[in-house]
Amino acid sequence: MSTTDSPEDAAFRAEAREWLTAQLEGPFAHVRFRGGPGEEEDAFEERVVWEKAMGAAGWTGISWPKEYGGRAATLSQQVIFYQEYARAGGPGRVGHIGEGLVAPTILAFGSEEQKQRFLPGIKNGTELWCQGYSEPAAGSDLANVQTRARLEGDEWVIDGQKVWTSLARTAGWCFVICKTEPDAPRYRNLSFLLVKMDQPGVTIKPIIQLTGTSEFNEVFFDGARAPAENVVGGAGNGWKVAMGLLAFERGASTLGQQIGFENEFKEILEAAKANGKASDPIMRQKLAQAWIELQLVRLNAVTNLEEGTTRPGLAAVNKICWATWHRHAGELAMEVMGADAEICAAPPYELTRFQNRFLFSRSDTIYGGTNEIQRNIIAEQALGLPREPRP
Amino acid sequence: MSASAEDRALFRDSARQFLTDNATGADVRRWMATDLGYDQEVWGRVAGELGWPALPVPEDYGGLGLGLRETALLMEEMGAACFCSPFLATVVLAGSAIALGGTEEQKGEYLPAIAGGELTATLALTEKSGRIDADGIAATYAADGDFYVLNGAKRFVIDGASAGLLLVAARKLGTNGEAGVSLFAVPGDAEGLARAALPTLDQTRRQADVTLADVRVPKSALLGEEGNAWALISQVADRGITALAAEQAGGARRCLQLTVDYIQERVQFGRAIGSFQAIKHRCADMMVKVESALAAANAAADAADAGDPLFPMYAAMAKAYCSEAFFACAGEAIQLHGGVGFTWEYEPHLFFKRARASAALMGDADYHRERIAVGLGL
Repeated sequence: MSTTDSPEDAAFRAEAREWLTAQLEGPFAHVRFRGGPGEEEDAFEERVVWEKAMGAAGWTGISWPKEYGGRAATLSQQVIFYQEYARAGGPGRVGHIGEGLVAPTILAFGSEEQKQRFLPGIKNGTELWCQGYSEPAAGSDLANVQTRARLEGDEWVIDGQKVWTSLARTAGWCFVICKTEPDAPRYRNLSFLLVKMDQPGVTIKPIIQLTGTSEFNEVFFDGARAPAENVVGGAGNGWKVAMGLLAFERGASTLGQQIGFENEFKEILEAAKANGKASDPIMRQKLAQAWIELQLVRLNAVTNLEEGTTRPGLAAVNKICWATWHRHAGELAMEVMGADAEICAAPPYELTRFQNRFLFSRSDTIYGGTNEIQRNIIAEQALGLPREPRP
Repeated sequence: MSASAEDRALFRDSARQFLTDNATGADVRRWMATDLGYDQEVWGRVAGELGWPALPVPEDYGGLGLGLRETALLMEEMGAACFCSPFLATVVLAGSAIALGGTEEQKGEYLPAIAGGELTATLALTEKSGRIDADGIAATYAADGDFYVLNGAKRFVIDGASAGLLLVAARKLGTNGEAGVSLFAVPGDAEGLARAALPTLDQTRRQADVTLADVRVPKSALLGEEGNAWALISQVADRGITALAAEQAGGARRCLQLTVDYIQERVQFGRAIGSFQAIKHRCADMMVKVESALAAANAAADAADAGDPLFPMYAAMAKAYCSEAFFACAGEAIQLHGGVGFTWEYEPHLFFKRARASAALMGDADYHRERIAVGLGL
C-alpha cells in the first residue's frame, strides 16, 4: 500500500471519513466497536439499522459496478474505506457475507436476472445471507458434500445437513453447495443454490461453542425448496463457483476484519500500559512483535489483492497470516492481563472481550480452510510440490 | 524519484541474469577465500556495465537519483545470490551519509567516484561494545587549529580494511549521549589509521578493526554540523537496515528455492521427499516468511521514499522481521537438505552463516523491537 494517497484517493478518503465520523459520532454512536467475529449477536438489531443507513448513503457494495448501485471503487479505495471504517470504530457488518461473498460470486458467475434480483437486497441491507458449505463429512474435504438437490418441476428439492453456519438464525437467505448430478464425477457433481431460509423444510439448531455462546449453527434441509433458476453458474458447476467464492473469502472481504485488528491491538496496548506490563522488557518485545506482524497482515492482504490473481498461493499466505495473528493476539491479551485474565465478566460464564477473543480466535485458523489446508495450497499451487492423494 | 513498475521489472530481470551468470556458488566460494572478500573485476563490471552504484546517487553527481525501493530491489537480488560486494557499505551507508549530510565539496568529490565504482567507502560507527546507539560511540575528536584530531577504536566495520574512505563517528571530548557526535570523512591512507580485517564466521562480508591514533583531518572533512551528526547517522542507519533487510529477504527467498528444487529431486521410500506433507508444510511456512519479509522490506523502502514519518518504525520492523525470517529459512534449508545440507559443497551453509551475521549487523531483532516498543508509547 502506498503511504501517500493520489489526489482522487485523498478526496475519496475525505468523503468516507466525513460521512463515517458524522454518523458514528452522531446518530450511530451506540454501535461503535460493537459486533464482529465472536460477537455476532452484540447489538444486532441496531447494526441492521446501521447496515441500511450505509446502503442508503452508498457505502455498501462500493466495489460493484455502478450499474448495480456500486461506486466501482478501485482496490486502493476499498483499502481506504476499510481503514477509515476501522478508524471511525465502525461496527461488525451484519451484511458482510452478502457483500463480501454472495455479491462478488453473483457478479462473477450469476445471470443478469440473479444480479437484478439479489444485489439490491444486499446493497440496501434488507436481505442478510448465511453460508451453507461445511457438513459433518465435508470439512476440509469440501467436495465430499452429501446434501442433495433434485429438480422437481420448476423447483429444486433439497435434503441434507450443513454445519458451522454463522448468522443462520438472522439470515433470510443461504447459499448451499449440494450434489445435483449424482452420476457425474467428483468436482462436476455439485451446484451452488440460493435458498430462502424461512420455509418449512429448513430447521436451525445452534451449536454451543467452547465460548459457551452460539454464533454457529447446524442447518437441516428436509425437502426444502428453491426455484429452478436459483442455481448460480449452471447445474454441475458448483465446485467452480464455490472455489471462486472461497477466493473472495480469502481476498478483499477479509480486509475490513483485518483492519479491525488495529483496534483490538490498541486495546491490548492500553491494557499493558494500564497494568504496568508495558515496562516489562519481555512483554515489550512481544507487543512490538505483534505490531510487526499486524503490519504484515495488512501488507500481505494488499499484495494478495494486487497480485493474487496472477500468483497462486498468495490468498493462502494471507489467510495463514491474519488467522495466526489473531490467535496470537488473543493469547497475548491474556498474557498481558496476567492473573486477572482468568476472572470472567459475570457469572455463570459471561466472558470479557479479551477472554472471548482468546477463545473465539481458535476458530480463525480452522474456518475458511484450516492453516493445514492453506499450507497444502501453498506447497502445491505456489511451490509446485506434488499433490496430496485424492479419492 | 522512483522507477515505474515496468522499469523495475526490467531492472530486476537484468540483475538476476547477471548474478545467475556471474555469481554462482563456486564464484562466491572463490571470492570469500580472498583477502579483499569480493572480486574487483566483477565489481568493476557491476559499476561500469550495470551502473548499480550510480542508482541511488543524485543525478547532479553522476547518479540516477532513484529511491531506496530500487536499492532494495538490487539488495534483494544480491542477497538471493549471496553476492560478495562493497555495495552495502559503499553505496548504501557511505553514499547516503554523503548525499544527506555532506557539503557541496564533499558531494562533488566523493559521490561521482562512488557512482562510477572507483571509490569504495564505509561507515565506521560501531565499537567493541557492538552497540549502535549514540552511547556506543566512545571514539573522540578534538579541534586543533584548522584540524580535528580523532582517537579511538572502531570494530565490526563493514569492508573496513579495504574501503578507500571511512566515515568515522566520534564524539567531542567530554560529551555523552546523542549530543556531541560528529561524522568525519577519513581517507583510508590517513596517517595514524590502522586497519585489520577480522576473521568472520560468515566469509561473504568482511568486517574490520579500525584504530585511530591522533588521526588529523582538515575541518573540511566534517559532514554536517559539528556535534549534531546523530540525526544524520540515525537516518543513514535506517536506510542501511532497510537495504540489509531487503538483502535478507532475498536470501530467505533463495533458501526456499534451493530447498524446493532439492526436495523434488531427492528420492526416499520410493518417492520425492517433497511429496511428504511433513516437508511440504515446512516449505509453505517458509513461503509465508519469505512473502512477509519481502513485504516488510519493500514497505520500509517505500516509506523512506515517500517521506513517511513512520519510516523509522518500518525500518525497525523490516530489520527485526527479516533477520529472523532469513535465519529461520536458512536453518530449514539445511534441515530439509538432510545430510548434504551439512556439507561445504552444498549452498545452504553460505546462507545460514550470512543470515547469522546479518541478523547481528546494525542492531538485532530484539534491539529494533525495543525501538518499536518505544515508538508505540510503551
